[in-house]
Amino acid sequence: MMRIKEEAVERHVLAVMVDNEAGILARIAGMFTARGYNIESLTVADISEDHAISRITIATNGPPHVIEQIIAQLDRLVPVHSVRDLTEAGPHVQRELALVKVAGKGENRIEAMRLADAYRARIVDASTESFVFEITGAPDKIETFVALMREVGLVEVGRTGVVAISRGPDAA
Amino acid sequence: MPGNAVALRCSIAYQSPALCGSGEKLEQIVAEKSGADILVETLLDLGVDTVFGYPGGAVLPIYDGLYEHPKIKHILVRHEQAATHAAEGYARSTGKPGVVLVTSGPGATNAVTGITDALMDSIPMVVITGQVATNLIGTDAFQEADTVGITRHCTKHNYLVKKPSQLASVVREAFHIATEGRPGPVVIDIPKNVQVAATEFQRHGGKHNNRYQPQIDGDFKAVNEAAEMIMQAKAPIFYTGGGIINSGPKASETLQELAALTGAPVTSTLMGLGAFPASSDQWLGMLGMHGTFEANMAMNRADLIICLGARFDDRITGRIDAFSPDSKKIHVDIDRSSINKTIRVDLPVVGDVGRVMEQLLAVLKGRKFSAPDYEEWWARIKGWRARNCLEYPENDKEIMPQLAVRKLWEATKDRDPIITTEVGQHQMWAAQHFDFELPNKWLTSGGLGTMGYGLPAAIGAQLGNPDSLVIDIAGEASIQMNIQELGTATQYRLPVKLFILNNEYMGMVRQWQELTYESRYSNSYSDSLPDFVKLAESYGWKGICIEKPADLEAGIKEMIETDGPVLVDCRVAKLANCFPMIPSGAAHTEMLLSPEDIKGTMDDQAKALV
Repeated sequence: MMRIKEEAVERHVLAVMVDNEAGILARIAGMFTARGYNIESLTVADISEDHAISRITIATNGPPHVIEQIIAQLDRLVPVHSVRDLTEAGPHVQRELALVKVAGKGENRIEAMRLADAYRARIVDASTESFVFEITGAPDKIETFVALMREVGLVEVGRTGVVAISRGPDAA
Repeated sequence: MPGNAVALRCSIAYQSPALCGSGEKLEQIVAEKSGADILVETLLDLGVDTVFGYPGGAVLPIYDGLYEHPKIKHILVRHEQAATHAAEGYARSTGKPGVVLVTSGPGATNAVTGITDALMDSIPMVVITGQVATNLIGTDAFQEADTVGITRHCTKHNYLVKKPSQLASVVREAFHIATEGRPGPVVIDIPKNVQVAATEFQRHGGKHNNRYQPQIDGDFKAVNEAAEMIMQAKAPIFYTGGGIINSGPKASETLQELAALTGAPVTSTLMGLGAFPASSDQWLGMLGMHGTFEANMAMNRADLIICLGARFDDRITGRIDAFSPDSKKIHVDIDRSSINKTIRVDLPVVGDVGRVMEQLLAVLKGRKFSAPDYEEWWARIKGWRARNCLEYPENDKEIMPQLAVRKLWEATKDRDPIITTEVGQHQMWAAQHFDFELPNKWLTSGGLGTMGYGLPAAIGAQLGNPDSLVIDIAGEASIQMNIQELGTATQYRLPVKLFILNNEYMGMVRQWQELTYESRYSNSYSDSLPDFVKLAESYGWKGICIEKPADLEAGIKEMIETDGPVLVDCRVAKLANCFPMIPSGAAHTEMLLSPEDIKGTMDDQAKALV
């Protein structure tokens, strides 16, 4: 019987500057699905003074030759101005924000507050039996925090997906 | 925009220069026009003279606009798919973009196959689709389809125009994108109310969006490095593709200069045939799955591959890990994403292939490079050539399809005919046995492999080249996919020739079933065929049936000498197969050269490949 081989993958974070126009997200997300690429997370927001340009941050994974193709395929889309591979470019900061709702009483409630404090999560809503924490950080910090919250009454979680920017004075 | 400060305002139509000032200021005059009129005026400005289309509810305002403009010739096809293929044929044979006009919903979805075909083969095309009015979008209105959604990934770019004021600049940008860089199809979806609503329009004006500026010149360092690699090679080969045709006729001349200077052999993909003259001693024929023994062996044994405007398609490479294992590879392509996609190359050069070849020539000449003595290399190539891989068994009872193509070539070669094809065995036989000397004469569906391409493409080519002999070499199965276009040729008095190699099989499917499925011919027999001669006659064509080898020459002669459109039903040997062939997943060195090489079955790994 034939088997389908899997290749080793690496994670890359790309910063993509695009024209802020209708359908641009569908164009980009669709290119990924059409060519069988992965999207771990994708965030987009208008970043220019005249609202003409949006910055899309895409966390993706794949073997190195696929990452190279992803960048080339993004770059040939007409509304795409530039594609930067932040992982390749060097030191960069990655941040994500999450809102985490936890419900419980007694020991669980106290433990949730203690952990939130240790992780520098902020309480943005509270009731007698619940909290909503706001936490920012690198994706793995948020992973860990959410995993801990599961043990003390996690109800739901909302995450923004990662945004990233290179370190130092220059634009990537 | 130049001259903006002195723009004249005029309440009357721009055509009346006397009332608005001198003729030179004409372009600055602003007038109110409907979206449909703006579209038509802009098409005229862009030099569009032919539009292939089919009317319907959502494009009625545009059709009404066309009614007033006899300068744009509208060709009424019988099916929207044919409009797109006709536009491709027009574009590929003239170098100008093909223009299509279809209605919303089914009009647009029927066009999708041809749009995808143009994307795969890099054909410049602008497709204008009607859409339901903006207030109805998303309501599942009559003949509504999400055209921009459906065509997003089969176009180079697409637009939904929501305001008439955007129309002129969108249309201009669409033509720019379709024709610049790696050419491709662009869809402009125009809601009906946008066609009707009026807005200010400035002829020759409007904002020019310069966001799409592909790299034309190759990087100087890379070109120098390429020259260095060529100078050191002992066994180089030029592997050329459709990019050279797209770059324009000058690129074909430059390729010949480059080949002459280096003395290296030249092979080409299916899409690149005609860029290099088949009569040259340096020509090895097509490479790839049905390429020649010498071309594939030379690719396998070369120490340097210079890939010019081709893309290492799976039909070319065969098994990737066995593809030309000992060569260095230079890849010149205007599309960066084509480089390192399937085959890793040593030197990428991004740029227009015609321009990069010119740069390369200049560097080589500057270094006083002259054709080295590739004696050993050519001796090996001559050994491969001596296999005569395109030979086929003689047969005096049945017409061998290869012979039919060769006779057609012999009878027409002095007229530099334009040849179109459908898809399948006949297409490969045409590629192998019809020799091309010039670019833009060979129109075929390469990337997508669309049956039904040839007849509408021939119609488009004939419109773009009224004085040329245009022949569609077809199969009896493929031709039925767009057979209705016989009517289009009749209506516009196009003397298209249709030469059907009729073997009563979807021959390529049958060939693969012989190769892989122990000759279990599942659904590959062409049953219930029409009487093609009568069918032709009912459309006002002349019909000729050729049944015996002895009648072949006379039949072809009659076809060529008839003024109007002619269909030839050429009954060929039913079970002939197309060789050489590299089976899917095999290496260039594992070519099948004759039926004796066929094993009849394959493992799952090979069965999974297309």
